[in-house]
Amino acid sequence: MTTHMLDIKNISKQFVKRLDVVAKLTNHLGAKNKEEVVHAVDDVSFSIAKGEVVGLVGESGCGKSTLGRMVAGILTPSDGEILVKGRDVTNTDGKEAVDAALQVQMIFQDPFASLNPRMRVEDIIGEAPVVHGIIPASQKAAYVEEVMARVGLDPEFRRRYPHQFSGGQRQRIGIARALAVKPEFLVCDESIAALDVSIQAQVINLFMDLRDDLDLTYLFISHDLSVVEHISDRVVIMYLGRIVEVSPTDELFEKTNHPYTTALLNEVPRIENRGLDYQPISGEIPSPLDPPSGCHFHPRCPHAMDRCRTELPLLQEVSTGRFAACHLMDEK
Amino acid sequence: MTEKPILEVENLETHFFTKAGPAKAIDNVSFTVGKGEIMGLVGESGSGKSVTGFSILGLVDAPGEVVGGKVLFKGENLIEASDKRLQELRGNKISMIFQDPMMTLNPVLRVDTQMIETIRAHEKVDKETARQRSRDALAQVGIPAAEERMRAYPHQFSGGMRQRVAIAIALLNKPDLIIADEPTTALDVTIQGQILYEAQKLCRETGTALIWITHDLAVVAGLADKISVMYAGRIVEQGDIDDVLDHPVHPYTIGLLGSVPGHNTRGTRLHQIPGMTPSLFNLPKGCAFQTRCPFADTTCTEDQAITRPIPGRAIRCCHPQREAAQ
Amino acid sequence: MTDILQETPATETLNFKVETPLQQFVSNFCQSKIAIGALIVFGIIVFIALFAPFISPTNPYDLATVSILDAKLPPGSKSLSGVTYWLGTDGAGRGLLSSIFYGLRISLGVGVMSAVIALCFGATMGLVAAYYGGKVDTVIMRIVDIQLSFPSILVALILLAALGKGVDKITIALVIVQWAYYARTVRASALVERNKEYVEAATCLALSDRRILFRHLLPNCLPPLIVVGTVQTAHAISLEATLSFLGVGLPITEPSLGLLIANGFEYMLSGKYWISFFPGVALLITIVSINLVGDQLRDVLNPRLQR
Repeated sequence: MTTHMLDIKNISKQFVKRLDVVAKLTNHLGAKNKEEVVHAVDDVSFSIAKGEVVGLVGESGCGKSTLGRMVAGILTPSDGEILVKGRDVTNTDGKEAVDAALQVQMIFQDPFASLNPRMRVEDIIGEAPVVHGIIPASQKAAYVEEVMARVGLDPEFRRRYPHQFSGGQRQRIGIARALAVKPEFLVCDESIAALDVSIQAQVINLFMDLRDDLDLTYLFISHDLSVVEHISDRVVIMYLGRIVEVSPTDELFEKTNHPYTTALLNEVPRIENRGLDYQPISGEIPSPLDPPSGCHFHPRCPHAMDRCRTELPLLQEVSTGRFAACHLMDEK
Repeated sequence: MTEKPILEVENLETHFFTKAGPAKAIDNVSFTVGKGEIMGLVGESGSGKSVTGFSILGLVDAPGEVVGGKVLFKGENLIEASDKRLQELRGNKISMIFQDPMMTLNPVLRVDTQMIETIRAHEKVDKETARQRSRDALAQVGIPAAEERMRAYPHQFSGGMRQRVAIAIALLNKPDLIIADEPTTALDVTIQGQILYEAQKLCRETGTALIWITHDLAVVAGLADKISVMYAGRIVEQGDIDDVLDHPVHPYTIGLLGSVPGHNTRGTRLHQIPGMTPSLFNLPKGCAFQTRCPFADTTCTEDQAITRPIPGRAIRCCHPQREAAQ
Repeated sequence: MTDILQETPATETLNFKVETPLQQFVSNFCQSKIAIGALIVFGIIVFIALFAPFISPTNPYDLATVSILDAKLPPGSKSLSGVTYWLGTDGAGRGLLSSIFYGLRISLGVGVMSAVIALCFGATMGLVAAYYGGKVDTVIMRIVDIQLSFPSILVALILLAALGKGVDKITIALVIVQWAYYARTVRASALVERNKEYVEAATCLALSDRRILFRHLLPNCLPPLIVVGTVQTAHAISLEATLSFLGVGLPITEPSLGLLIANGFEYMLSGKYWISFFPGVALLITIVSINLVGDQLRDVLNPRLQR
């Protein structure tokens, strides 16, 4: 059995707003203050093979950003394990943890907040490699120039500050920073959402070039289905903390297995579609503080049955490589 | 015999006079919008699309200033209108919807208070009638249990709902023209779909003209009747929506359409427009796009006139990629 | 309403002058003439404080040169030995101008030193509270709240009653009174910065906590810290003057401006106003100049007022 680059097993994350002293006190006096728990990610499992590009798609509250941050090591899961190249990274510390952390890097969404405004570009990119001993301090300048050239930035600008660059260039600096520690896996969290359309194309092309040149694996988180369709090998769709469908990209766009995926695909504006003529899906995305019982999607689902209200649908394999969490699949 | 258009913008010029020098945020922009028509104003950041919307309503603050051209709203030139006249029109006959609904909504006032206030600012009606109209407007934009939800504060609504309330406020006084500045950019896809659907339905039913400002060509494709593409403060291509999207003529439009992932074979490198939008303080002489245009040559350094190769189509380019015969 | 300049991206080849943040800061600061004036005045005061022994006309604490016969001379009078006392003399015959020079030295020294130590300690506490959150945050912030709810004079008096007189003891008292302001300011700023993506990136790059705190968070919390620092320095100086005036704090051998004012108090009603007045004016000028500089710094460093 080949070792996957990434294995996520039953990962959950809850954000708990604990009761403070006043709330506990009033509870004793009869008030019914409850702890607020947000189930940002609820029992998610999947694997990514080396060299694959997996797109992770969903709307607000689906937990994709939280999941991405857990994979990148920024947040710790409340439950479950994350294995990078077969090794459990959730329970290590010391040098092993550092090595594991450097293997998985993240590219962030906001090109303005993701760079330290008071550091020069060469420090932003060169700090971690020097601190972790990847390169000796004497070679920092040369190394930074090399990395900058690789992402399409003029190495002459390495002494500049982030505010002197455009959004697209800043995103490239973020990519350079991640590449400088020689990762094998990149998590891209809506990395192109904040960029202009023409710059998006440049950055998407950069991602594809880097994958070919450096043999990288990607988890590409986005709400933009057309970009995900273009760049991914497989797509994972999430809704309110759970996976609802997993599928190879071309098969997904031919036929969907989950009503939410169907709705998403219908709603994506496409240049070919002139004149809206379909009934968009009704209802709001529920609050993660108070998710619907059973299948999270049942209040908005046009095919909801009684069973959907009470029973949680499990993610099952529908055909080779395709998974869906929907009771409708059992009917087939 | 077509009716007179609701809005005619002619040769609009808005300049920003800053420490670093003057910037032509809007340079000779012209378009018309007829009754019940939806026009998409498309461009990337720095193209001047938002400033166009603000210029129409006289909302451009220092150091910006509308320095030339005409904005004819039902024949009346808004550039020369007094502050008092503009105040009568804003929120009444011309409304605006912003990207962030919290720019419309006051966080410390209840929604019903704000809506009633909007109505009574322009018309002498009693509170009960105003309340009734507000309730109807909220139901019109698809807010369930409008009577109850009206009494809530803005922060008690979700993002999509807030934007709908903002749209309802824009519709309260039955405007003739609505200017929407990226209203769905920050919303989820499924919510965006709902709002686009309702916006189009409303315009068809009430005959309101709509200018939809966005950077998303796909949104405009589904919604608008005509489109104007802006680059560096100028309209570079303009015309009927199907015509422009299926047969683009200006290299920028072609490049923009080409770089959309849906227009490229899956897995291949996307066509990209090289370089970046030039700073408004540093525009090249003549055509603004020449630094990135694959067809540029020395003729591009002359000022580009607006040509009309096909009736209803306008472009500003010296190397149009299709002949007028198409 | 719109800022077109925010929309316009920087060009690849930048044609306008490339400014480092420091250059930008300096040019913004210099836009207020009052602030430049205040800075110059403060510069003069610092100069006087540093070089008092060299520029002072007389040495008021050299008992060989001080004569009781010169006591209580009005401003501008000449002494028997031919020295002009421009601001007069005090009850013991010391030249007031020279006393003020030496007094500034002590006032400024104690004030600035205590502010700097309080800043280092308070900023660290604030950063730690913001970064680690949870119980650490609660404990530190409750201590800060308790500290800030007492009037600083009261706390200082109690501490000095326990510690006694001396420069080091008054510095300790001033540090204990001040650190809480810095901690609270830095914590507020750090909480905002901590959630920004560049801090997440630093975590992702497996940088140590210490590095993140001091190399990433602290430089971005500097603006409000600098503003509080200037205001607190002025406050420390005035607090020290109050304590010395009340007779606690500095011993008579280290006369700060406060002590000088106290010394002259008994003569106020008999018409010899200058003994208290001129030290008071010196104190006033010092504090006002620091506050004016602090005001301009606040405007310049406030990101929301950036043009």
